[in-house]
Amino acid sequence: MRPHPTFTREQEQQMSSMPSDRRDVAAAPGTAAAPDATVATQAGTGHSMTVRGLDAYYGDDKAIKNVSIEYRANQVTAMIGPSGCGKSTLLRCLNRMHEEIPMARAEGSVLLDDTDIYGAGVDVVSVRQAIGMVFQKPNPFPTMSVFDNVAAGLKLNGVKGVDMKERVEKSLRGAGLWEEVKDRLSSPGIGLSGGQQQRLCIARTIAVEPRVVLMDEPCSALDPIATLKVEDLIHELKQEYTIVIVTHNMQQAARLADTTAFFLLGEKIEHAPTAQIFSNPTDSRTEQYVTGKFG
Amino acid sequence: MNTTAAQLLAPTSGRRRTTDRVMRAVLALGTVVALIPLVLVIYYLFSRGLKGMSSTFFTSDPTGNFLGDPGGVKSAILGTLEIVALASAIAIPVGIGVALYLVEFGKKTLFAHVVRYFIDVMTGVPSIVFGLFIYVTLVTSKIGGSFTGWKGSLALALLMLPVVTRSAEVVLDLVPESLREAALALGVPRWKVTLKIVLPTALPGLITGSLLAVARGMGETAPLLFTSATVMGTTYNLGERMNSLPVQIFNDISQPNDAIVNRAWASALTLVLIILTITLIARVAARRSRVA
Amino acid sequence: MESGAARIKPADRPIFERSAAARRADPLFRAGLTVLAGLVLVLLAFFFVFLIVKARPALAHQGVFSFVFSNDWNPSKDVFGAWPLLAGTLITSATALVIGVPVAVATALYITELSPARLRQPLTILVELLAAVPSVVYGLWGVFVLIPKLRGTESNVADSLSFLPFVGGNVAGPNYFIAGLLLAIMILPIVSAISREVISTVPAEHKEAALALGATRWEMIRIAVLPYSRSGITGAALLGLGRAVGETIAVVLVIGNSTVVGKQIFDQGYSLAAVIANEFGEAANDPLHAGALIAAGLVLFILTLGINGLARGLVVRAERRQGTRLPPPTETAAALVTPEERPA
Repeated sequence: MRPHPTFTREQEQQMSSMPSDRRDVAAAPGTAAAPDATVATQAGTGHSMTVRGLDAYYGDDKAIKNVSIEYRANQVTAMIGPSGCGKSTLLRCLNRMHEEIPMARAEGSVLLDDTDIYGAGVDVVSVRQAIGMVFQKPNPFPTMSVFDNVAAGLKLNGVKGVDMKERVEKSLRGAGLWEEVKDRLSSPGIGLSGGQQQRLCIARTIAVEPRVVLMDEPCSALDPIATLKVEDLIHELKQEYTIVIVTHNMQQAARLADTTAFFLLGEKIEHAPTAQIFSNPTDSRTEQYVTGKFG
Repeated sequence: MNTTAAQLLAPTSGRRRTTDRVMRAVLALGTVVALIPLVLVIYYLFSRGLKGMSSTFFTSDPTGNFLGDPGGVKSAILGTLEIVALASAIAIPVGIGVALYLVEFGKKTLFAHVVRYFIDVMTGVPSIVFGLFIYVTLVTSKIGGSFTGWKGSLALALLMLPVVTRSAEVVLDLVPESLREAALALGVPRWKVTLKIVLPTALPGLITGSLLAVARGMGETAPLLFTSATVMGTTYNLGERMNSLPVQIFNDISQPNDAIVNRAWASALTLVLIILTITLIARVAARRSRVA
Repeated sequence: MESGAARIKPADRPIFERSAAARRADPLFRAGLTVLAGLVLVLLAFFFVFLIVKARPALAHQGVFSFVFSNDWNPSKDVFGAWPLLAGTLITSATALVIGVPVAVATALYITELSPARLRQPLTILVELLAAVPSVVYGLWGVFVLIPKLRGTESNVADSLSFLPFVGGNVAGPNYFIAGLLLAIMILPIVSAISREVISTVPAEHKEAALALGATRWEMIRIAVLPYSRSGITGAALLGLGRAVGETIAVVLVIGNSTVVGKQIFDQGYSLAAVIANEFGEAANDPLHAGALIAAGLVLFILTLGINGLARGLVVRAERRQGTRLPPPTETAAALVTPEERPA
């Protein structure tokens, strides 16, 4: 793992290259995108994740080959690469969701701050409470109302002493959905539009107060307008959470991510500040990929 | 040689068209033939069954008299309901539990394959063999009395179990994997995911499957002959001999007495109506299925 | 975007902390369900062994081969040759297949391939209703409707078709044919339901390919549908056979219960299941007789196991080829899952 450069400068460049409406959102007061705020978050109020020498297998197929990577606190890290490159598998390994796939296993270590989540005695359930996940397709619980969907994680975990109403409202506000659904909290969650459903799923995830939020192509099933809303939301969320996002959409990575990692055939090829990956990658395969030569 | 469009689009040969028509007619006729027995059974059930519904049909027990008033079938109706209720209370939880094991934990393990195979085997075991099972193990050994209602329930439960399990397995399989993953990713333990997410999502389908199993158990005669029958009086104690509609009908058929035979028809009508009601409820539940 | 919205700060609770009891719940739950599943196997094995133990005295007394194949069932003399019963079971079941399967397959083909779309659902439900009628009700109907109403026709057939083997002579009221006919009606829904499932797995491309070649509807069925679903339909028929072999109450009421093997289809007879239902009462105090009945149950059990195993193999093979999982082969479960609900 090569040392992480400080890349406030690159980020500034990246931001000045953004479309203007983007910049407005990004530079809105109190968001993480303002340069000095970035510096502040980099100082690390949140939690970082570190992957060391990770191998993952489906049966006999090696899907991840000796990957080491660091996800910095309060940053958005994007993982890109052609399909089958192992980016989604790696994401699942970050909160041990890979264990739910028959025949899948992983070796190596994944640290949340300093704790190895694969360590002996670490409980998989608490790992997932600390490291949440948003999936490709919105998957609200079909039997539950909007309210219950958001409260589901807390209720099912038997968390007590929480003002459920307050937490649900907070989470829905956090997911930018409150204004749209506050009058129909008791209607079914699956009655919402696709984009609203995905934001509902994000609200559901942050309601259990994770440290890290993993997102597996969260916008791939959404239309452009809904995508924009979710992207704005991700921008906001990184103030509180460390975010790892898998995307097949390079524009999205460029818009959202502080750093971007490129994967190919189960290997990490390059991980650098996003601007550098897209403008001046060190590895020729990265360059070929981001310029659309393959993938 | 050039072929004209008219030649190309000429109708297929007469022989082929005739064969087609004839075979279509044969298949349609087959369908009609299949429905004739249904119509006839329903016709006779109503025409003879309604005649047998005396004023005391639902309110009195069989008297056992060959002459005069044969009495009603109160004990049989109540007995059937009691026996089937207990059988359902056993078969439905156990059956769904086994299905949960198969879908949520066993998946493709060897043990799960073996269990699945034997559940399949059970669906093919004749009901009378289940009766024999209980008869040789519990009735002849006089555990808790010889013939009792609860032993009938056990025999019916054995019969219903594979039906519940196989249908529950199908429905649980239909619960999208993404819902389990969503809950697991929230840090919900597996058992709660199963009980609070998977089961409620599959509930309408589970209800349908269970009700169809209940309907199946309700009409069975053979297992009850060996286990809970025969008695005429009403009892609410599953630890005693217990009458039931199918057994009452079976016994009435062989009586050379019009009043008793009429009672059999009326009982049959009652039984079929109960079963149809359950089947109907099952179908309505299936309509409400949230699993797509 | 709701800027300035309330934010959630991840609480500073310790990470990865869960009580030991909470951690034990998952393994416990899993173990509990596994034990439950295992219990079903243990129970079946236990019953099977128990049946063998109880049947043993009678089998030892009579000899296994003699029990199955000798033609003399006479409990009062402690002679238990179950051939008349086995023969009756086979004759009635074969009759049921001959009558029931063509009708069931025709119904399945008509519903899936020919019927107008709006008739499909009602027809399916109507055929399934046949399965909702309890066997004792079929028996009742057989005794008081079929037997008297068909007697004349049976006589005519027996007289005019007496050149056929196993036809001709006196028509008994209760007889093999009536039992077989009732069984045909009773197996119709299951054979039809499973055939329908199998037929509906025939890929649309195969059918369209046939139609595109200029095939008529029937030719499409003959060259695309039937060959593809043949093994599945055979499996369905065998499952029906399994049902017919094990059916008790309807048969006992209409077969005549005579321990002599009938010479023709309109003679009285007996079946394995029927003899158990009829004689177990009088056998209660005679361990040898009871053992013989249990042995009859054992033969029945093994017979249905073999038939169903074969049937399941065929239906499963039909599933595999299609790559989809068919609903379990019971008419109830087939009713449960409409085609569009099946997982892709």
